[in-house]
Amino acid sequence: MVTKDQVWQWLEEVSDPEIPVLTIIDLGVVREVALHGQDCEIKITPTYSGCPAMKTIEDDIVSKLSEKGVKQVKVDLVLSPAWTTDWISENGRNKLLEYGIAPPTDEVDKSVLFAEPPKVGCPKCASHNTRMISLFGSTACKAQFQCNECLEPFDYFKCLK
Amino acid sequence: MRALFDYVLKLGDDSLILGHRLSEWCGHGPILEEDIAMTNIALDLVGQATTLLTYAGELEAKGRDADALAFLRFDREYRNLLLVEQPNGDFGVTMMRQFLFDAYRLPLFERLQNSKDATLAAIAEKSLKETKYHLKHSSEWVIRLGDGTEESHQRIQEALNTLWRYTDELFQEDDSEKELVALGIVPAISEIRDAWKSNVDRVFAEATVTIPSNNWKHSGGRKGMHSEHLGYILAELQYMQRAYPNMQW
Repeated sequence: MVTKDQVWQWLEEVSDPEIPVLTIIDLGVVREVALHGQDCEIKITPTYSGCPAMKTIEDDIVSKLSEKGVKQVKVDLVLSPAWTTDWISENGRNKLLEYGIAPPTDEVDKSVLFAEPPKVGCPKCASHNTRMISLFGSTACKAQFQCNECLEPFDYFKCLK
Repeated sequence: MRALFDYVLKLGDDSLILGHRLSEWCGHGPILEEDIAMTNIALDLVGQATTLLTYAGELEAKGRDADALAFLRFDREYRNLLLVEQPNGDFGVTMMRQFLFDAYRLPLFERLQNSKDATLAAIAEKSLKETKYHLKHSSEWVIRLGDGTEESHQRIQEALNTLWRYTDELFQEDDSEKELVALGIVPAISEIRDAWKSNVDRVFAEATVTIPSNNWKHSGGRKGMHSEHLGYILAELQYMQRAYPNMQW
């Protein structure tokens, strides 16, 4: 008999296809696990509307659970409440930093217009003397920064609230 | 509900057509960072379009999904604003078009979050977070170009002169929309216009550009009367489905 806790544990083995150092649990995209007899229903939420990883995540969940013997898996996409970077676990934040990606700062988004870029620490030398190169980066969820001290160019996981 | 279907279709078509326009910059951006930025924003918009058109298909309940709505409608059935189908022009034109649109989308999504229609509210809540980044980006470029060199100032001013005539259409409210306003599903367009105008004025003051005095305005997209540009966009966008009906990959 499969339990919910087991399913949550198995889902920790599914990694994000774009940032493989994070599991989908670290990322906070799994919202709900429900069991109805032999059927398993999982609700996930997209990070960004156009995130191309969602389809892969869905397929990976189905194949992981099938590997564990759960054959009837249904994955639903839910939009509300909308995903926020606050849902990235503490563990996930540490993993990001180790991987060379600056985790989202906790800055509240005060204004959209005339706002200063966030103060982001360099994942290599920890200096906060960094500058934003571009608000958009290698994936929808990242911005490009550079450290003024050690000159390391790095990705910053944008705060989404 | 017919009125809600029409409304969601309008939002979906705006996102789809502007997303497609921005995707045309892929590999042609003035610098690598901007190439990446424009394609990122295109991705958000096409993602929003997928969600909106999927919902429109459900409301219509005639078995059309997002793909059917995107790939199998003719130009007269498209309901997007004339603004979003305008050609990319130079980088200044693209940024001005984006700014005028983002500054409208932000207050719209802010209010749609409270829509009495739960699905529309959820889509707005999600899209709003992305739109904040889009507006940040486009407003900063309008300021940087306007308050930049003589050449960049002249070009962004020309972009505004060309595009201003399409902004009236953002705030035209038809009868079916009024019906939705009365039901608390959609905000009154006058609220959106006020918020838009105040942000536009602030940014233009900083950018030292001026709104053209020529008051002639152009509209029609919301009723399916498009400029000649939409046909070319659809020819490219729909080519595969038209050439190989029902193809999948």
